[in-house]
Amino acid sequence: MLRFTLRRLLQFIPTILAISLIMFVLLNVLPGNAALMAAGAQERGLDPQFVEQMKKQWDLDKPLHVRYFNYVWNLARGDLGLSFLRREQVSGLILARLWPTLRLSLAAMLIAVGLGVPVGFLSALRHGSWLDACSMLGAVSGVSMPQFWLGLLLMFFLSVKVHLLPTSGYGEGGLLHLILPAVTLGAGYMALLARTTRAAVLEILNADYVRTAQAKGLPEFIIRGKHIFRNALILVLTTVGLQFGSLIGQTVIVEKLFSWPGIGSLLVDTIFQRDIPVVQGCVLLIIVVFLVVNLAVDLLYAVIDPRIELR
Amino acid sequence: MNPTLRILRSRKNLVVGGIISLVIVLMAIFAPWLAPYHPIDHADLLHSEEAPNRDYLFGTDNQGRDILSRVIYGTRISLSIGLGTQLLNSIIGVLLGLTAGFFGRWWDDVVMGLTNVMLSIPGLVFAVAIMAVLGPGLFNVFLALGFTNWSYSCRVTRSQVLTTRSLDYVTAAQALGDGRARIMLTQILPNIAGPILVIATLGVAYAILTEASLSFLGLGAQPPTPSWGGMLSTAREQLFTAPWISIFPGVAIFVTVLGLNLLGDGLRDVLDPHTIRQRR
Repeated sequence: MLRFTLRRLLQFIPTILAISLIMFVLLNVLPGNAALMAAGAQERGLDPQFVEQMKKQWDLDKPLHVRYFNYVWNLARGDLGLSFLRREQVSGLILARLWPTLRLSLAAMLIAVGLGVPVGFLSALRHGSWLDACSMLGAVSGVSMPQFWLGLLLMFFLSVKVHLLPTSGYGEGGLLHLILPAVTLGAGYMALLARTTRAAVLEILNADYVRTAQAKGLPEFIIRGKHIFRNALILVLTTVGLQFGSLIGQTVIVEKLFSWPGIGSLLVDTIFQRDIPVVQGCVLLIIVVFLVVNLAVDLLYAVIDPRIELR
Repeated sequence: MNPTLRILRSRKNLVVGGIISLVIVLMAIFAPWLAPYHPIDHADLLHSEEAPNRDYLFGTDNQGRDILSRVIYGTRISLSIGLGTQLLNSIIGVLLGLTAGFFGRWWDDVVMGLTNVMLSIPGLVFAVAIMAVLGPGLFNVFLALGFTNWSYSCRVTRSQVLTTRSLDYVTAAQALGDGRARIMLTQILPNIAGPILVIATLGVAYAILTEASLSFLGLGAQPPTPSWGGMLSTAREQLFTAPWISIFPGVAIFVTVLGLNLLGDGLRDVLDPHTIRQRR
């Protein structure tokens, strides 16, 4: 297990390198002068000497490959560079926003897994019933619904109309402010999990080992819990892991909608300000979180299913 | 459930999804005839933020423009982005997948490596990052989505090529002296058209949803372009005074994406019963 983890962690390096290269090249062939943007509004008619000085400060006068090499070297030491606009370390800026984003994503995931998996499981067991039909209609709707629209609707009905929950913001980090964004973020994910769970369970219901268990006369709840659910869980877990990445990606929208002070809203804000180092940092961090989650899922496989050997 | 019922059930997806998609396409084509007002030029400030009424069925926005007309014209934006980007993605994915599966060796490693990197970046984040480079605008959305969502088509094409490559009819074509390109195009491609079509349909839905998200963030279509996502991004400020502005463009996105998803699911049931059901 330890060796597997270590090897997977090592495999992160080429992936992150490839992604950082793509991002770096993309973000640095920018039209528009980054140094000028950094110095402030272009219209102010800046002293050319000052512009040169700015360029030097951010190494913008060096060729691209030198800058990339420097960037990776600094990255390896955990230094994400200096923000163009805020004159702060990017790592500090991002770390301050990490917890709100993680909190939001985890809450959304809990809602999604907590509701989606049982609903999918029950729908499959009552295959063809009204419960199945309703929940699958809900699931296909949930997958098709734009999240920000769901958020707007929830905001309208639960905050504007009924004054039940705050419309937006982080509050003091209280739970009330978390509910709407987390539900908004989790809804699509929940729908997807319900569908996956249902499909997985339906497949397993016809498996030989389930028939054997029934033939042995095992009580139904043991068959469901031990034989069906546990085997379905492996398929479900794959979806949980793979989709957690897009969930983290979606925080960009949801955080913006609810003015949530996380990485997603930082990313959008800094895009409009062309604060390239921060944009790079945010994107990299989101991807690293995604990779780590998938590693965690792979490790969980082995816990759930002893037949899977980690190599 | 008995088999006939099951077929009817799976066809129901196809029928409902197909009808919705067809209606959306017709709306896009005949928008100038369907829309009661011009989506941009008809801005009657005396009638701004009016609730739905007989003159303005969906109400008006803060500049007095008819929301119904803007929603109808919005189908053009959404569909052209959806279809255009997915066409590009399918071409890229199929070409890479075909060549990777057929030539193998180092080219296969390169393509699969690239595909895995693409898959490890959340789609929306990638699109947002590219928009950061290109700047806001509809054409840039096209570029951001058109070059980033080909990994599924590529993977499916490649795996299908690997399984069909050793089948008898391919060997027969080789024995007849057909060249590699000819075999790929005439023997293998027609046999993988089904799964590719399914992925493409779902990809159109995804692209429409993502375009709406980008426009909502202000990165996509710029005002006064009648894009559904863009309309919703201005709607948030008016949620207290004019909630109907938030309702209708959202319904339009929802129904369109739902229709395409149903169509894709239905097509999969018919064309491609063996693939795993979930894609994203």
